[in-house]
Formats: sequence, C-alpha cells, structure tokens
Amino acid sequence: MTDAALEPVVAAKPQAPLRRVVSDFCENRLAVFGLVLVVLSIFVAVFAPLISPQNPFDIANLDLLDAKAPPGSVSGDGKITYWLGTDGQARDMMSAIFYGMRLSLFVGFVSVLAALAIGVVVGLVAAYAGGRTDAFLMRIVDIMLSFPAILVALILLSVLGKGIDKVLIALILVQWAYFARAARGAALVERNKEYVEAATCLALPPWRIVFRHMLPNCMPSLIVIATITLARAIALEATLSFLGVGVPVTQPSLGMLISNGFEFLLSGSYWISFFPGVALAIAIVGINLAGDHLRDVLNPRNLR
Amino acid sequence: MIVYIVRRLMQAALVMVVMSILVFVGIYLIGDPVLMMISPDASELEREAVRKALHLDLPMWQQYLLFVNDALHGNFGKSFLAGQPAMGLIFERFPATLELAFMSLVISLALGLPMGVYAGLRPHAPGSKAIMTGSILGFSLPNFWVGLMLIMVFAVMLPDLIPGWPRLPASGRGATVDVLGVKLSFLTLDGLRHLLLPAITLSLYKGALIVRLARATAREVLPMDYVKFARAKGLSERRIVGVHVLKNIMIPIATVSGLEFGQTVAFAVVTETVFSWPGVGKLLIDSILLLDRPVVVAYLVIIVFFFVVLNLVVDLLYSVLDPRVRLESRAT
Repeated sequence: MTDAALEPVVAAKPQAPLRRVVSDFCENRLAVFGLVLVVLSIFVAVFAPLISPQNPFDIANLDLLDAKAPPGSVSGDGKITYWLGTDGQARDMMSAIFYGMRLSLFVGFVSVLAALAIGVVVGLVAAYAGGRTDAFLMRIVDIMLSFPAILVALILLSVLGKGIDKVLIALILVQWAYFARAARGAALVERNKEYVEAATCLALPPWRIVFRHMLPNCMPSLIVIATITLARAIALEATLSFLGVGVPVTQPSLGMLISNGFEFLLSGSYWISFFPGVALAIAIVGINLAGDHLRDVLNPRNLR
Repeated sequence: MIVYIVRRLMQAALVMVVMSILVFVGIYLIGDPVLMMISPDASELEREAVRKALHLDLPMWQQYLLFVNDALHGNFGKSFLAGQPAMGLIFERFPATLELAFMSLVISLALGLPMGVYAGLRPHAPGSKAIMTGSILGFSLPNFWVGLMLIMVFAVMLPDLIPGWPRLPASGRGATVDVLGVKLSFLTLDGLRHLLLPAITLSLYKGALIVRLARATAREVLPMDYVKFARAKGLSERRIVGVHVLKNIMIPIATVSGLEFGQTVAFAVVTETVFSWPGVGKLLIDSILLLDRPVVVAYLVIIVFFFVVLNLVVDLLYSVLDPRVRLESRAT
C-alpha cells in the first residue's frame, strides 16, 4: 500500500478491508468468470444503441422479406449480416437481444435497489424499536414470504395490468420482505455491540445510530442477498413477460423475445427463442456464480 | 400449543379476507369483462342484459358481499367464458397439477439426492465440482426457457435428425386413466411420455436445491461420532453411507421437500403454460389474460387457503420434529 491517505480508511474497518475481499474473490476462477459474464451483460445493456447493427424498434428499418432468416444470413439489401438470425417481424435478433438485455437489467437493478432501500428501513426500524413494532412488521414479512414470489407477482400484475412501471412495482413488493428479514437479523446482532452502546451514551439521535453506525456493519450480508435477489428478479421479470403479464409488446425484454419465438419453435426456427435465452442465462448465471463466491468471501465467520 | 394454533388460524383467516378484497377490487378496476365477452357490434341493450346477469350493475361492495356469501357456500360464480362453476373448473384441473408436481418431486429426489450425497462424500473430486456447478445452473437457468429447449431438442430436432428416435410429445396430457373419478396420466405409457418433459423441467430448480442441501448435510453428518464409530466397527462403506448417513440426511430433505411442494405447485403455472398441460396454472394464466374474473378469484382463494394450510402444517411439524428450529429462526 503506497497511498498513505487510504491507510486510515482501511484500518477503520478491520473486518472488511476491500483489498482482502477483492483478492479473496479473485482466487476463485469460476467466480471471476461469473463477474466477466456480468460485466459483459452490463456493457451490452449500456451501449446497446451504439453496438447494435440495427434499431429493432424502428419499423422503417425492417424488411419483412427478411423475416425468420436463419443465423448468418445477409439482409436483402446486403447491408447487415444477421449473425443470430431474425424473428417473425424481421428484427435482427442480436440487436433485439442487446435492447432486451438493457430492459431486463434495468428492471432487475432498479427493483432490487428499491426493495433493498425499503427492506433495510423496515428491518432496521423493527430491530431497533423491538417490541410491538417489531412483531407487527415481522408478521407482515412472514405473510409476504409464505407465498411464492411468482404467484404474488402474477396476482399483482393481473390487477395492475401491463407496463414496465407495473412490473417494477410488483417486483419491489415481492422482494422487499427478503431484505427486511435479513436486515433485521443482522441488526439484532449489531444492536448489542459496544459501539452502539457507545453511540447511545454519546446521546446521538436514534436515526443516526441506526443508519450511520449499524447499517454499514449490516451491509456485507445485505450485499450478498442483493446479488442473489438480482438474479431472481431478472429471471422473474423474464418469466412474467413470457407469461404475457409483464412488459408491453412494444418494449420487449429478453423474456418477451423468448416468448415471441415460442410459436416458431415447433417449425424449426429455433434461434428466435434460443439466443435470447442464452443471453438471459449468461446474465443470471454470471450473477449467481459471482454471488455464490461473494457469500463465502463476505461471510463474517471467515472475516474474524 | 393450542394458543399458537388458534393464533395462526386467525392470522390465516385475516390473510384470506385481505387477499380476497385486494383481488376483487383490483380485478374490478382494470377491465370490463362484458367487453371481452360480447362482440363489439352488440347493442347497448344486450350489454345491459349481460351486465345484469353477471350482477355487474350492482355497486362494488354489494358485488363483494355477494361474492363472500357465495364463497362461504363454496360457490365462486360461473366462469364468464366456460359457463361452468369456477370452483368445479378448478377442482377438475387440480389433479393434473398435483400429478405434475409429484412427478417432478420424485425426479428431483431420485437424481438430486445421490448426486448431493456423492458431492458431500468427495468434496474435492472433479465430479463433485461438476455437480455443484451444475446445481448453480439448475438455479439460474430460466425455467420456461429450459422447457422450450427440451421441446426443441426432444420434440423437434432429435427426431428430425436421427430416424427412429422417439418423438416426445410437447403438449397436453395424453391418455388418462380414471381412478375414483380422477383422471391420471402416469398410469398409461402415452401419459408418461407426455409427463416426462414437463416434469423434468419443473424438477430442475428443486433438484438443484436438494443437491445443495444433501451435500451440506452429508458434510455435517460425516464427522459425527456415530459415523466414526461405524467405521471403527469395520462396517462397509456402503452400509455406513446407505444407512447411517442417509437416515440423518433424510430429515432436512423431507422437511424442505414438503416446504417446497407449495413452491412447485405455484411454479407449475409456468411449466404448464410452456407444455399446454391442462392444470390449474394454465387455467389461471388463461383466465387472467381473458379477464375471466370468477375463475381468477376462485383460484386465488383456493390457493391462498392451500398455502395457509400447508404453512401451518409445516410450521407445526417443524416445531414437533426439531425443537432447535424455532430457536434458530429467532436468532437469524
């Protein structure tokens, strides 16, 4: 460590120096491979408009004569090579997948961050307040968690209707309870530690103790849950869109693309469902591989 | 214990009331089922008649009370589309879903348990690493996509490429046998062939879970004294693993399988849609998409009831079987 300015920061948190986490993480090749997949997915999602050969939503670009072209064929005007083929509306699958990835990751990240925020507030408040507040909040969490996420989301969307905003609402409502339970569990452990006692003796306001002192120490376990939930959120959105209650037809996510290819599958045009599924799997497997190892690295039992 | 049961029952009843109101109000607000049922050029008079016949002209709270009254009598009204009682429609379809869920449970146990125990016994063998990585795939791969790919491979590609390769059916239930008035597929060869692909698809997630659980518990059990003692007695490895280790692994496996059964039934919604399996899940999706309100509401009330009862039974069994569980769930 040459940068002296960073030393105090590292020393201030002896349990979780970032460098140790990074080097531990890199020891597992599979996890690094997962991280590479995640970075690749995010890259594709962010730069979709720049790297796509075609804008799949611009109808003027589409030539229906090219519909259902197999992978590797060249478009009628000779300008584009459809490396992954085209779908029933002559959209280039590669471009559609790039844009679909954008939407899938956007929905995943936003819903998990919002659910994390809600869950953390509920969990920490429950843990810090204790007593009736705690019992009441945890009862709600128990009830939420006793129903399968897919079913709750399906019901919510059947009530709310289609749309990206509605999918986000459904995913947030389904996921916040996981974070609430995890945050409460972590906070209950932290609450009895000396530093909280010390902060209480300094007469700091409760919100400051909870969010400035306890929350940072709860973060490792919450980050792990966030990665797993992110993978699940992306899969859940894809499933809902596949079932026809998720995103609208005009903004296809990866799940919607797979669903569109379903009708052509039996006639042998496999690529319309196959490649979006591969893209989806790359993102989810990447997150899970990285998250699985991150859990070992951030495990408090390994830290102390 | 009785206080606990009564409290849980009251909570269950409350959940059911809240859910039914939410669903009823929600479905009332999003769409007009009359528009879906009559052709657009029907006269206003015809529409009024249908509205009256379905009680859609009454205020919402009266409709809800009518619905609750009917629900308590096990009558959820008639399906707007099929014209049959919604409840009957669901019970007619339930055996197909349960059959699928049971079959996938059997498959995931038959494959997941041996693989997980093997990975637990030899944690550093290349085979074990492959199994564990495979289990991450089982968790990660989107279930419906796996189903589509199975259809692609076993119903389209392999039979096309290799002459004489059996073409597995990709939709429907196949021939069924009536057992006590319930139609069952798995007793006929044709039914089994239809059951195979959807059951494998549905078993994937659960199988991956069982692999991980079996591995974790096997590694927990192996250093125990009674295993060491069995080794010291000179028992064969087969007997140690097959009897002593396996017996202790089965307790968590059994509980998780029970807990996960509800999840499997819920997830069958997806599998049934992919394979056009005529179960309740497919019925639910079709009803949601066509705004067939009585069927959706009836499904929900029944499934909520199903889950509340399932959770109650699992909770009670849990605390009876393993007193540590409740303490642990408090701590974490």
